[in-house]
Amino acid sequence: MHVAGLTVIAAAGSGFDWGEVGKYLFDRDILQGALITVVMAVLSQFTGTLIGLLLYLMRRSNFLPIRWFAELYIWFFRGTPLLVQLELLFLSFSEFHLVRPIRQIDFFPSLGFDRIVLEAVLPALIAFSLNEGAYMAEIVRAGIDSIDVGQMEAAKSLGMTYGLAMRRIILPQAARVIIPPLGNEFNNMLKNISLASVIGLYELLRVAEAYGFTDFKPVEVVITASIWYLAMTTVWGFIQSYMERRLNASNTPIQPPSLMQRMFSGWRPKPVNTTAEAIAEIGQH
Amino acid sequence: MTEQQGTARPIVEATDVHKWFQRNEVLRGVSLQVQRGEVVVIIGPSGSGKTTFLRCLNHLEKIQSGSILIDGESIGYRTVDGRLKEDNEASIAKIRAEIGMVFQRFNLFPHMTAMQNVMEAPIHVRGVEKDEAEARARDLLAKVGLGHKLESFPAQLSGGQQQRVAIARALAMHPKLMLFDEATSALDPELVGEVLKVMQQLAEEGMTMVVVTHEMGFARNVAHRAVFMDGGVIVEEGPPAEVFEHPQHERTKTFLGMVQH
Repeated sequence: MHVAGLTVIAAAGSGFDWGEVGKYLFDRDILQGALITVVMAVLSQFTGTLIGLLLYLMRRSNFLPIRWFAELYIWFFRGTPLLVQLELLFLSFSEFHLVRPIRQIDFFPSLGFDRIVLEAVLPALIAFSLNEGAYMAEIVRAGIDSIDVGQMEAAKSLGMTYGLAMRRIILPQAARVIIPPLGNEFNNMLKNISLASVIGLYELLRVAEAYGFTDFKPVEVVITASIWYLAMTTVWGFIQSYMERRLNASNTPIQPPSLMQRMFSGWRPKPVNTTAEAIAEIGQH
Repeated sequence: MTEQQGTARPIVEATDVHKWFQRNEVLRGVSLQVQRGEVVVIIGPSGSGKTTFLRCLNHLEKIQSGSILIDGESIGYRTVDGRLKEDNEASIAKIRAEIGMVFQRFNLFPHMTAMQNVMEAPIHVRGVEKDEAEARARDLLAKVGLGHKLESFPAQLSGGQQQRVAIARALAMHPKLMLFDEATSALDPELVGEVLKVMQQLAEEGMTMVVVTHEMGFARNVAHRAVFMDGGVIVEEGPPAEVFEHPQHERTKTFLGMVQH
């Protein structure tokens, strides 16, 4: 609906202007929207990862209904669009008259936002976290299942309980397998937060769209938003590859090749080492 | 039956242990007692149930009937209305902490140094102070001949060295019983000796040991008693010299004939 409206405005508009993009780029509201996007993404990814771990544990419960619940959960959240889940949550908030009470809560007090801007924060946060949990459950499972069963047996034979063995022995090793796909999830998360614009969260895209309507510069503001999204995902890309390098420390050549070498001499990153060697390397840092 | 005097309560009392993997009965009523300070080797063809039985002794495998007492305490089960009911995790872990186990494939923690591997359980299971755990780990690694490899990661060690770290790791808990599950089977031939030497030294120090092995030399020279298993039962047992020189059963003779050329 927004976009359809914007095309009409765009058609009526007076030509594209890069100067306008420059002006919007550091606009206070745009920056605030970008900040909300980042904060929402970090919080949702964090909660989603915890939910994923919880679902992993539920899936291997001895109690059948708990396993069923976990499967049902994953089936639902992976089987319906994120946008639909957002709307469902938002609608159930209004259905149960929860919108007004949450409007009273100051969500990020130190960031100084208007409360009205934030009334969609809670439903969005819940929807993103629940959705992410379903995907993280698979990633956590793949990571933990990649660890040799002998590790758990050795830990148990030393008198460790399941929980202690998980925390001290299994998860530190599984992290190496979990972190690369987790990075991709977070990249998606940064972009998917824009879906919350439909339930009225003033994240980056919503702020941009609002300017598009008021200032009749829709193309400029949407490009401004794109630049910010690119900035976020690019910075995250650097952080992610830094973390992966740390985890695969033994694979990085001592002298990194120059840009020219990488472009023309067919240089490729070395293939991944054996898990045991790579993990030994992590420990040394 | 044994060379040890059996006045005190045995460390291991397994009575009529039965275990099925689905429909396949892999242990068909195994009973074995191991006295304090005794070294028992279990030999037998693959599929005889010897490794499974060893794993039952610290409840890495469940059993369907029978009983296993470790130093008088039932491991893994309580009997409720005449049926076995699995015990809670904490009590199983508590008994396991008293039993050291050495695995065929070492199972060292690859993200920790040799020292950290040895210190891990004393600190996080027993709550031992770090300094104390460190001193003990240093001593144990020196004892198994790895005083110069304290800060090495498992991937930087040979198989024989890894297995010796694994033995030190088990000893760090002051176990009253050590279980060895084919501890030298995954090693290159030239590395077997260094591990057997450490095991022999432990035996001489009076450690109670149950050893599943294919090393007939070790069985003859170090063990107090040899147990021959086949088809999920103990076929015969006795002093190694007896079992090796004068096997009573046809199956024992056949097996020894195959492994001793």
